[in-house]
Amino acid sequence: MEKIAIVGVAQTKYERRKKGEIFYDMVYEVTTKAMEDAGYTLDDIDNVITVSNDFWDGRTISCMAVQEVAGAHDKNVSTVEGDGAFGAFYGAMRVLGGFKTTLVVTHSKGSEGDSKVITNAMFDPVYHRALGLDAISSSALQAQAYMEKYGITEEQCAMVSVKNHGNAKNNPCAQLPMNITVEDVMRSRKIADPLKLLDCSPVSDGAAAIIIADKDSAKKARNTPVWIKGIAHCSDAYFLGDRDLADPRALKDAAARAYAMAGITRPRDEIDVVELYDAFSYMEPLWLEGMGFCNQGDGGRMIEKGISVKGGSLPVNPSGGVLSAHPVLTAGLARIIESTLQLRGEADERQVPGARTALAHGINGPCGQSHCVWILGRE
Amino acid sequence: MAAWLQDVEDLTLKGQINVPYTWSVGEVGSRFLVALRDEEKILGNRCPSCNTVYVPPRKNCGSCFKDIDDNQWAELGPEGVVTAFTIVRYDYPLQPAKAPFAYAIIKLDGADVGFVHLIRQGLEKLRNGVRVKALFKEERTGHILDIDSFVLLEA
Amino acid sequence: MARRVAIVGAGQTHHKSHRLDVNGREMINEAVMRALADSEITITDIDAIIIGNMDHFESINYVDTWSVEGSGGVMKPIMKVTTGGTTGTSVAIAAYYHVASGLFDRVLAIGWEKNSESDTTAAIVTCSDPVWDRFSYSGAIPSLATEASAYMEQYGATQEDAARVAVRDRTHALNNPYAQMYNRPITIQDVMESSMLAYPIKLLDVCPRTDGACAVVFAAEGIAEKMIPRPAWIKSTAVRHTTTWFGDVDYDTGMLSLQRAAREAYEKAGIKNPAEDFDVAELYLPYSYAGLKWIEALGFCGPGEGPAFVGEGNTDMGGIIPMNPSGGVISTNCIGATALLRVAEAAIQIMGKGEKRQVPDVKTALATGFGGCWWSDVVILTGDKP
Repeated sequence: MEKIAIVGVAQTKYERRKKGEIFYDMVYEVTTKAMEDAGYTLDDIDNVITVSNDFWDGRTISCMAVQEVAGAHDKNVSTVEGDGAFGAFYGAMRVLGGFKTTLVVTHSKGSEGDSKVITNAMFDPVYHRALGLDAISSSALQAQAYMEKYGITEEQCAMVSVKNHGNAKNNPCAQLPMNITVEDVMRSRKIADPLKLLDCSPVSDGAAAIIIADKDSAKKARNTPVWIKGIAHCSDAYFLGDRDLADPRALKDAAARAYAMAGITRPRDEIDVVELYDAFSYMEPLWLEGMGFCNQGDGGRMIEKGISVKGGSLPVNPSGGVLSAHPVLTAGLARIIESTLQLRGEADERQVPGARTALAHGINGPCGQSHCVWILGRE
Repeated sequence: MAAWLQDVEDLTLKGQINVPYTWSVGEVGSRFLVALRDEEKILGNRCPSCNTVYVPPRKNCGSCFKDIDDNQWAELGPEGVVTAFTIVRYDYPLQPAKAPFAYAIIKLDGADVGFVHLIRQGLEKLRNGVRVKALFKEERTGHILDIDSFVLLEA
Repeated sequence: MARRVAIVGAGQTHHKSHRLDVNGREMINEAVMRALADSEITITDIDAIIIGNMDHFESINYVDTWSVEGSGGVMKPIMKVTTGGTTGTSVAIAAYYHVASGLFDRVLAIGWEKNSESDTTAAIVTCSDPVWDRFSYSGAIPSLATEASAYMEQYGATQEDAARVAVRDRTHALNNPYAQMYNRPITIQDVMESSMLAYPIKLLDVCPRTDGACAVVFAAEGIAEKMIPRPAWIKSTAVRHTTTWFGDVDYDTGMLSLQRAAREAYEKAGIKNPAEDFDVAELYLPYSYAGLKWIEALGFCGPGEGPAFVGEGNTDMGGIIPMNPSGGVISTNCIGATALLRVAEAAIQIMGKGEKRQVPDVKTALATGFGGCWWSDVVILTGDKP
């Protein structure tokens, strides 16, 4: 792969409800800030990818709401519907395929819709939708299947929540910085067993943008470029009953291809920081297994040993993760942005010292059916 | 901050997307739903290439990417084994049951994949591995909820 | 350095108003299997999939993950690209970049819609801003009718001039067994006598609602040439999705987004005189008046010259620039597939697989997409490797 880089990033503060701002305002904010971060003007951007979803936005052709403020006026533009990590992937392909600079911008306001109705619409209308499944209840099925199969304990999952909400205290963009204990998580309201309130991510509003540039354009950027070393995505089967919910085989496939592109053979040694899509606490150990950071079933012990905490040998979600802010679609791009800041050495209080290689991750579909893995590097 | 922003009132607008839908079930799915309705039977079908027995039945195997021909139908269940479950603690209008109730992935006898459905009773005894049986509704319309739920069988 | 990319096969369903025999996934699968067969490959040869439709026409959230059993995406990279009416060209262009990037050698582009499953207008009115446009000026017909009446006023074009476009496309559909309106020709009188929807648009001036899917296989240079004797190379693409609010559209000027997209795509492809340089055009003309005004934006004739250009037969089969040999959007409109069908049909013409609808000796072909808030996409294909 030719050398391409992330040269500008921006995100809003993530909040439960941004009542004073419409999509247009949020996108304008991050588009202008990402250009400012890169030291670019609109003339330096030659194409745009917007990311939105018609269900979350309550609007057919949801991308229509933001074309001008995404800087897309009189430019080549397209729209990915799905997590921002996938949108950014298309943005990267456009740079590899002939453009010089892609601006990728995502927006989402969970506060404006009904997340249960919207995620119920992921399920097949004939066979599953009438059962009333939504993102929470389906993920609870996955959590139970995974935890039961490998003896992962609720306390281990609670430790993920404690860690990530604690990390969020160092992230000014996070929605839910919290001082909580394992006991707090264990005693929080039962939602769908084994998930309790503090195992679940919040409803959030927010937008984010990145600029991806080819090698020559990256030289003109104000910041240290963060290089894209490997990217891959992969989807599992659709019907929940067709999948082994405890085995994220699509993630394994995507990670293997991203590692191969990046020349990574020992991810545990070669990757310094991980930003993954922890919509629920159990997802962190399950995805860490899928990424090959430990053996299958060892994800719970990894958190117990303190490997993934700030200051551990493999910090995971120093930003506070999706548990601390879950603007759907934007969340995957936020993982890429945090990874970028870590590699630039600009993560302030949450900086992982000497981070040179990072993994960022996004998901689409029920129970992490589809995964997108990014390997980013300083060199 | 501009002066007018100090006391502006942030308005919101309520509304909803109001689109009626009529989904095509397709021939394969229609046979499955008609069997639920008319015979209280759960039908699956077998991929002739990888031998996986699917429920609900499929027109083509997603993994082998081959058509499943018409000679591969199989009657499954009505009993099976729970392989994963969750007890739902929140009520929501979309749900066909009052909380607490359970969603379960059930390996029906004769099937190779799980079947997702509801369990309403005996939640305290629910474990992976317990046997359950489909309970059909009296009034059936050709709908996935013609199966009211699955009930636990005594060990 | 971007790799060159070609289309090496295409497949589509036999488009109908209602396909009750299949669900959406199964309908997608029909088009995919036909595209794979046309390319003489199997799903294992496909490295990635791009799929598009419009969510609220079937109410399926995350179609990329829902569809994998039909699309072939189980344990493959798949993503969803969607931009309204332009979805099909957006999907095609995304497939192009998947291959051009060097990351994937053979990719599958899928567009589909099952418009029978919903109330199309109830869904489409929600494309407008919920605060400003949705209650006052929304849906496809009002803004198109505004454009049509403005064009008639400006240039003296008549309803009969527009009807001539609908008659042409429906006549061309006689040659395309896949078209929804296959073997259902109409006359100018039929159009004139059809019911008035919003002046000056009548029922037979506009596209139908369709259940259908289209799949297209894209391959990289070095691979494409070995797959088929005459791949359809992507020469250039350009996209303009400029406006956000319907009130911002200036109906008294030409079709601005199409002018701008065409200007960029023509420049990259070296197109100087479109009527001579293109051998065939598959245009996203959702209603008849577009077949007058928008071909001016594409430079086939000057402003106001559309009615005469079409009326003289220049755009018929056998004319100097045959338009929509497939029967076009007026004969088939499965919305998420519609613009991809334009690209597929243009490629079919270059590959020489058009059968009864084949235009002789096609070297360069034009495909367009239309959607959103007066947005345009342009794709130029050629038989000679660029």
